[in-house]
Amino acid sequence: MSEQSYVRDEMLPELPPPATEVGVIGWMRENLFSGWLNTILTLAGIVIVYFAVAAALPWFLNSVWNANSLSECREILEGEAGACWGVIRDRFNQLMFGFYPHEEQWRPVLAFVLLFVAIAPILFNPMPLEMKIAWGGFIIFGLWLLWITGAPILAHLAFLVAGLALYYEPWARKMLFFSALYPFIMVWLMWGGSAWYVISALLGFVIGYLIYRLLEPIMGFLIAVIVSVLVAIGWWFFLAAPFAAWMAGIIPLELTPVESRKFGGLMLSVMLGVTGIVGSLPLGIVLALARQSDLLIVKTISVGFIEFIRGVPLITLLFVASTLLNIFLPPGTEFDIILRVMIMVTLFASAYMAEVIRGGLAALPRGQYEAADALGLDYWKAQRLIIMPQALKISIPGIVSTFIGLFKDTTLVSIIGLLDMLGLANAIRATTAWNGIIWELYIFIAFVFFIFCFAMSRYSMYLERKLQTGH
Amino acid sequence: MKKTVFFGALAVAGMAAGVAAAGTLDDVKARGKLNCGVSTGLVGFAAPDANGNWEGFDVGVCRAVAAAVLGDPTAVEFVPTTGKTRFTALASGEVDMLARNTTWTFTRDVDLKFEFVGINYYDGQGFMAPKSLGVTSAKELDGATICIQTGTTTELNLADFFRANNMSYEPVPIETNAEAQQQYLAGACDVLTTDASGLAATRASFENPQDHIILPEIISKEPLGPLVRHGDQQWGDLVRWTLNALISAEELGITSANIDELAKGTKNPEINRILGTEGDLGGMLGLDKQWAYRAIKAGGNYGELFEKNIGENTPIGLARGLNAQWKDGGLIYSPPFR
Repeated sequence: MSEQSYVRDEMLPELPPPATEVGVIGWMRENLFSGWLNTILTLAGIVIVYFAVAAALPWFLNSVWNANSLSECREILEGEAGACWGVIRDRFNQLMFGFYPHEEQWRPVLAFVLLFVAIAPILFNPMPLEMKIAWGGFIIFGLWLLWITGAPILAHLAFLVAGLALYYEPWARKMLFFSALYPFIMVWLMWGGSAWYVISALLGFVIGYLIYRLLEPIMGFLIAVIVSVLVAIGWWFFLAAPFAAWMAGIIPLELTPVESRKFGGLMLSVMLGVTGIVGSLPLGIVLALARQSDLLIVKTISVGFIEFIRGVPLITLLFVASTLLNIFLPPGTEFDIILRVMIMVTLFASAYMAEVIRGGLAALPRGQYEAADALGLDYWKAQRLIIMPQALKISIPGIVSTFIGLFKDTTLVSIIGLLDMLGLANAIRATTAWNGIIWELYIFIAFVFFIFCFAMSRYSMYLERKLQTGH
Repeated sequence: MKKTVFFGALAVAGMAAGVAAAGTLDDVKARGKLNCGVSTGLVGFAAPDANGNWEGFDVGVCRAVAAAVLGDPTAVEFVPTTGKTRFTALASGEVDMLARNTTWTFTRDVDLKFEFVGINYYDGQGFMAPKSLGVTSAKELDGATICIQTGTTTELNLADFFRANNMSYEPVPIETNAEAQQQYLAGACDVLTTDASGLAATRASFENPQDHIILPEIISKEPLGPLVRHGDQQWGDLVRWTLNALISAEELGITSANIDELAKGTKNPEINRILGTEGDLGGMLGLDKQWAYRAIKAGGNYGELFEKNIGENTPIGLARGLNAQWKDGGLIYSPPFR
């Protein structure tokens, strides 16, 4: 009785999935309306977005750029709601450069674009293809920036050569020298004056290094280090200034000096941010290592420093820099306020950095340390070749968020009377032309900060992907 | 690195400066620039324009002093100071004088060891309310919510005023003036209180200023003036008499327009003494005879400075009121030049 009337001997053709499960509808059913709670939330979200856009959009669409005062804006708008971006156009230069003399503004721009030349060999090594293309775009952008700020031809050329050098593989690695020189170049460009002062400060390092190389085989590591440091310090204190003055007399390399009181706007934030970032990473590494050290004094100092700085708000440190130091130092001392703030910001960030890096060190399996020892590496070699590369890689997200936080914290300097963008916003609103304007300025400032911080965070993600070695 | 060089140079420079702390006047002359502490931005009193040049009523005083001492009204380094940093900046020598709408009070004068050299603006705390609220006097503000900047004397004055008049109020504490404007416009409080000059400036910035009134009561005395450090009498005298020269110039009818004419000599001996064609008042200050001429020429006399920066023809539109010359019923009064 095994009569089978029908046996299927071929597969049914695949049917398309139901219309409610694919495409836009399927996506919406799955992601927006998958239950009664989600449906309600989605609808509420749509309503909120609608009201926000309905309120903000006319304001943005009615933007006025061609007005030189708030009252002019209001006349043009004739009572309608609208953004008055005229304030940004009118004060753009001030928001970017503060009180930096107008005809010298190409110098901060050159310092800024060279900054990327200096960090590119560190950040992208070797340069991936898409970066090479982007880099070309950046070179054109930098040249354009230099051109509109009226930089001399020589500045264009210097940037062009430095920028193109990164393309040429044999030179690209050597550009790390440029990165090391960059802080000195920046100081000269920003503050101006005779280049010889900066050069003779740099010579101190060269002399110290040469003496170390000379003495190390004869007297051993420790004595060589001590002697070379002493000689370098002696050079800086006693010989550097006369040497610079003497050389300036022979070959003058002068830029108009600009006092740091003139620094302001975005330029000030970037300067504080960059010095803080560049200074805090090595300091943080040293502090983190010191905190893990077995040497009691080193460890105590490091723990004391970190806990003290982290226990105090940044604004307190800034007040110390701006007011207390003034009282402690002898009257009439001209200790540059920007320099004071730079030091404080760097110290502050380095304490946080130390803890972030310590987190990375703690996350390394014990076996890595033991393996380094087993290979017979000494402490510094073990750190440099085995421990740090891994610990730093683990800490990248933390390091970058510290950087981002640091950059945003630079706006706190407006409280001690330095005119960064937020401080300038206050000063601009104090003029009779722009008194009463609020949103436009703050939206612009937020936008500028967003660009910088977003770029940093994207870079951190790129770096994590690049250094990914897990499988 | 570079910082070490800075530190070294600083330490040396600091010691040198500590030893050779000469008079402020000599310091200013040697430096060729006057360091003048101003506000980081206060409408009408101090604010930078688009080219970074500072303008305003307080700024005018700085420029007059620079013109008197250095012969150049632009030889001023304006140091923006906040309410919190201003006194340390002056005490530590970072600035030579403060012209930062600072109220002359006992403790600031005596305890903080400063010397107020005069008064360039008589201010006082007032109230602003929307017209729709229907009040005409501060005495009717019982139970009102009031926007007020924290940590200033205005807070204390307000408490005193309401207690004295047996009224209650609800404070809405606010950090900055800009925030106060926004909160007030958004209706977070019924009434905004701060110095009357600030109220006028705030009202002028509104889209519909006529919808708001400034109540007639002034509940505190806020005499604002420039100040210098205690102990350098010569410098204090110089700033004081520069301010007095501006005030006397208005009284005597010396303006920036006719000053060149008057400087050739007039029949009025006091004008002659001020402008240096008679006697040698400048020499007693350690300056030349033309010092007051230059100070007045820099930005005009007191009245001209007032009209240009905060007067009735500016958007701020302050009436002279208490700040009129004593002859016109105000309090502005300079001792005689003789």
